[in-house]
Amino acid sequence: MAKTYQRPQALSEEHTHYCPGCTHGVIHRLIAEVIDELGIRGRTVGIAPVGCAVLAYNYFTFDFQEAAHGRAPAMATGIKRVRPDLIVFTYQGDGDLASIGMGEIIHAANRGEKFTTIFVNNAVYGMTGGQMAPTTMPNQRTTTSPLGRDVGQCGMPIKMAELLSSLMTPGYITRQTVIRPKYIVKAKKAIRAAFTYQMENRCFSFVELVSTCPTNWGMTPLEAVKWAEEVMLPYYRLGDFKTPV
Amino acid sequence: MRRNGGKALSQKVLMKGNEAIGEAAIRAGCLNYFAYPITPQSEIAEYLSRRMPEVGGVFLQGESEVAVSYMMFGAAACGARIFTTSSSPGISLMSEGISYIAGAQCPAVFVNIMRGGPGLGGILPSQADYFQATKGGGHGDYRLLVMAPASVQEAVEMVMQAFPLAEKYRNPVMILGDGLIGQMMEPVQFPDHLKTEPSNKDDWATNGMDTRKSTKRNLVKTLYLDPDALNQHNLTLKAKYDRMKQQEVRYRPYNLDSEYRVLIVSYGTMSRVCRTAIDNLKEEGFEAGMIRPQTLFPFPEKAIDEAASKPSCKRVFSIEMSMGQMVEDVERSVRGKRPVLFYGKCGGEVPTPEEIMDVVRSGNHSA
Amino acid sequence: MAYQHHIDSDRCKGCGLCVAVCPKSVLEISKELNKKGYYPAVQARPQDCIFCSTCCIMCPDVAITITKSKGDTPQ
Repeated sequence: MAKTYQRPQALSEEHTHYCPGCTHGVIHRLIAEVIDELGIRGRTVGIAPVGCAVLAYNYFTFDFQEAAHGRAPAMATGIKRVRPDLIVFTYQGDGDLASIGMGEIIHAANRGEKFTTIFVNNAVYGMTGGQMAPTTMPNQRTTTSPLGRDVGQCGMPIKMAELLSSLMTPGYITRQTVIRPKYIVKAKKAIRAAFTYQMENRCFSFVELVSTCPTNWGMTPLEAVKWAEEVMLPYYRLGDFKTPV
Repeated sequence: MRRNGGKALSQKVLMKGNEAIGEAAIRAGCLNYFAYPITPQSEIAEYLSRRMPEVGGVFLQGESEVAVSYMMFGAAACGARIFTTSSSPGISLMSEGISYIAGAQCPAVFVNIMRGGPGLGGILPSQADYFQATKGGGHGDYRLLVMAPASVQEAVEMVMQAFPLAEKYRNPVMILGDGLIGQMMEPVQFPDHLKTEPSNKDDWATNGMDTRKSTKRNLVKTLYLDPDALNQHNLTLKAKYDRMKQQEVRYRPYNLDSEYRVLIVSYGTMSRVCRTAIDNLKEEGFEAGMIRPQTLFPFPEKAIDEAASKPSCKRVFSIEMSMGQMVEDVERSVRGKRPVLFYGKCGGEVPTPEEIMDVVRSGNHSA
Repeated sequence: MAYQHHIDSDRCKGCGLCVAVCPKSVLEISKELNKKGYYPAVQARPQDCIFCSTCCIMCPDVAITITKSKGDTPQ
């Protein structure tokens, strides 16, 4: 029952700039643990987004590139095509992936580019101060939807895992969450599966992670966990939407 | 459709400009190409879609020019030689990516086969992207090394030279062609001596710590939130551009040994028409000389200044297929010593030698 | 063999998630500020700690480590 726990090697010693209770920290840690366990730190290249995780490269101890907003899947494509032996992952938030980057992620997934995308879905634009995202829930108040998301004007939130799994190209498409330990354990398994598929050169892999943003939701970290559970999880269903045959 | 089936092209062959440009990149040792179709350069992608697999290279048609410019960035940042080709509106889309690549100090080669603009414009040749290539296009204080070929052979040579230049300066290099150069067929010989080995990029490329046998990771980024750091970074970039100005200016003089009354400055396809005009004028006893910039950045300011200063020279003409873009750099180079006039035409109809002769003889310039 | 549970108080941002998930209610938020101006988590009842590492799994800042030493007394 007793276990030891240490900081993974793939994670740097830097104190992160993320807010208290921000689940970016959990996700960074899981990625680093998986990279350590799979022994791939020496041939991994991460691609940081524009968003709160723009400084993600400060927190990992392996090669990293910084992408323009939304373009990480195109950069990942460039790397994988010229260096298929490198393990490449993009790390993207709601705006980066589901708004400006929508074209890039769909086409990379459809071409079956063999990199991994970690998609942090916290239903809001964090870094720029809490604006509405394509993943913002109906009636959710944000700085650009002060009266709540009006689905008549803005449509319903986009379910990226479902959208990408509708493509005919094989892939590993899953949605997990990191809001409670029991889910975190499953999320890590999914991240590990994704990287393993890439090591086997099998397919495109996509791990959507329902996450919290206490600061921009105007809640404490614990309240944010509860809101995510009550409001996001019924809509953003957890599970594997596509696995490669 | 065409050709040689990829056999050795060591003799002179008749080749379409677009295809020669594609082949030149391969001959230069660049085996990676990402692109998006756009008239008048889609033949490059079509040619390379067959040719790259023949030489074990990478060909990928991206979903947009925007995506392609970032595929370029990712590949360049992990140390690969990479190039793409497009035309004016596509280069606009790539411009943000170009700014990023320049800011990150990665080598990459871009070819713009210019067409009419602005907006969708036309599909015939133009020279209206001079500002875009030499002054910006993308945001921020960066410059591109810009080369302008005037023939298919020169395009081949410039493409081959672009790769080591891009690596020497860790900067994107742009070849500014036009629809005529892209579409016409001319004799070409691929100069083997211009093939170069890629430079060692272990200092900075994200090619994997194992590849470098190092425990130090590399980071390719353009964000410098600290004002002093960003200032320093820009000073570093500027130092490179100053070195380019010192070392990479190239131009061709024409008929400058004569007592020319008019100095023409013209590049690319337009310069060929001007040469014919100069030859014809000479037969009539009217001397005109020309400086044909081969690099648009760095611009041959000194050469133009000197040529304009010749006592016989009464005025300078910038002749372009645009509404007048390079003329501003010509004015700057001449520094008020002589009147600088402009003649040009948009829309894709290339001015004829007779038109140029009229303009040069009479001094009737465009507004 | 003894396990040691250690919270890096200056790394902790006092988010309280570890406190919420600890199955043995070992953790609380301290009343003393750390260097960053947060009230970090502390082990209020360390003797109840079973070293299950649930707090480590939850912590976004990797502020908690559990090590094993050859000594016989836990901290």
